[in-house]
Amino acid sequence: MSGKRVRANLRGAYIVWYRDVLRYWRDRTRIAAALGQPVLYLFIFGTGLSSAFAVGRGAGGGAGLDYVRFMFPGVLAMTVIFTSIFSAMSIVWDREFGFLREILVAPMSRTAVAFGKALGGSTVACFQASIVLLLAPLVGIPLTPSLVLTVLPLLFLMAFCLSCVGIAIASKMRTMEAFQVVMNFFLMPLLFLSGAFFPLTGLPVWLEVLTRIDPAAYGVDPIRRAVLEAAGVDPAVVRAVGLTLFGETVSTGTEVVILGAFALLALTLAVRWFSAQE
Amino acid sequence: MDIVEVERLVRRYGPLTAVDGISFQVGAGEVFGFLGPNGAGKSTTIGMLCTLLRPTEGRATVNGFDVGRQADEVRRSIGLIFQDPSLDNYLTAQENLDFHAFAYDVPSFEARERSNELLEMVELADRRNDLVKTFSGGMKRRLEVARGLLHRPRILFLDEPTLGLDPQTRGHIWRYILGLREREGVTLFLTTHYMDEAENCDRIAIIDHGKIVALDTPSNLKACVGGDVVVLKTDDNAHAEQEIRARFGLESETRDGELRLEVPRGDEFIPALVRGLSGRIASVDVHRPTLDDVFLKLTGRAIREEDASSTDSMRQMSRIWMGRGR
Repeated sequence: MSGKRVRANLRGAYIVWYRDVLRYWRDRTRIAAALGQPVLYLFIFGTGLSSAFAVGRGAGGGAGLDYVRFMFPGVLAMTVIFTSIFSAMSIVWDREFGFLREILVAPMSRTAVAFGKALGGSTVACFQASIVLLLAPLVGIPLTPSLVLTVLPLLFLMAFCLSCVGIAIASKMRTMEAFQVVMNFFLMPLLFLSGAFFPLTGLPVWLEVLTRIDPAAYGVDPIRRAVLEAAGVDPAVVRAVGLTLFGETVSTGTEVVILGAFALLALTLAVRWFSAQE
Repeated sequence: MDIVEVERLVRRYGPLTAVDGISFQVGAGEVFGFLGPNGAGKSTTIGMLCTLLRPTEGRATVNGFDVGRQADEVRRSIGLIFQDPSLDNYLTAQENLDFHAFAYDVPSFEARERSNELLEMVELADRRNDLVKTFSGGMKRRLEVARGLLHRPRILFLDEPTLGLDPQTRGHIWRYILGLREREGVTLFLTTHYMDEAENCDRIAIIDHGKIVALDTPSNLKACVGGDVVVLKTDDNAHAEQEIRARFGLESETRDGELRLEVPRGDEFIPALVRGLSGRIASVDVHRPTLDDVFLKLTGRAIREEDASSTDSMRQMSRIWMGRGR
């Protein structure tokens, strides 16, 4: 590729990203509405369940771990999953309302557009999750700089991976009606299987297999580890609720590599499927 | 040099051949029109020339660049105005233009000046900071005209630029479009199924079933109809047809309960015709040939304007832009 073409594609990716961010920033009601769900889950669902669900109680003889703190990383993940996939799937709206054509006839490659769109979705999702992260002190998790610096890149990587998944789906989707199907048969399972709401240990084999192929699981687990460690929860308890692969606890480094691999695969699919449309 | 050159271009959707080996050239500065009913292959051809659809066979160049191999160069040379809007409703008019300018690498000082000038031209300067979703259909179309010209394209493609707009707005849009050639020296390539709009073109290609059936100036096309067109309704069309053949030596044909024939001087022919027919005549109409008559003569069918309901065009568009027959 010539330098001129590279530059045109960088501009293309930038402007597609910028438009998504601008639209997000302008739509304050969306920001507020998207915040409502995590708050609902965290304070009502979480508080309600914590009495019935004593996670890790007794494991390692520690004081145990209350459910709200356990699910806090899950709520962060939920925010990322929903925001990034929905943002990326705005391609379907753009197609419906015609703006996609303006993008597709502009002198830039489809790869640049898909990449810009993926970055737009991840930025928006990451920002939205950061707002949820600010609620951490309310559930007894101190927001230390090191926690924020650990969690943000993980959120971004997970958001990027899921944005690519969203673009891949949107490229194949031809009708608005299909949206509900994706929501029910893909998005909710993706969330439930990620370990957002229950530990992925001691599960029946079929369920265990399904959870291990959910990319979001490799995002939830390291975030949870960081959050619980910052909250001063007994390391043995943290390990007890952690993700295992073939019986071994998976390190954050390995999880980043796995999530990165998922992201690369999803990006490849997103670029290929998005480019294939005419 | 011809700014558009098309050679034996073919596009198939599965078993359906939408464009069937068409060839034509468009000269720089020309207003060139594609006329034909819905589904004739107009939008598919434009889609290929704009690099949105890959040709199945044949080749086409726009501004000297191949639409398949030099897509980015082609895209930089063209502006597009489509029948349904392609604006971002949640951005302001100015932001829509800014997006376009950035994507087409128009230097920012130039983009600013140019968008001021174009917004002035389409009379939207005072609405530049309003969200596009608050605009009427005509305003949106005008904004698209401005946006399509922002990067100084050599050729502007207009696919049914006035479809679904009221007559007053249609006239408004056309004044801009025709003013463009003078101001900008831009070549205009448009599709339409409105006959009166096609009259504005320097040359017209009549397209039907994916093939070009005629290509000429509007006046030459109309000259291929032999003089004036006489349309009459009688109580017994078959009998009248025989009488016309016997008395005047003219062939006529019946279509939709009406008898049509072509004569050199219709106004002088009518009195003789009325005297010469024995049956009762319900109505007689005589008119100079229109492009409608040309189309009817060439294809045996009328371009029915009511065909182009917005749902039809939506369906057609969705087939073309959204998927390969899925």
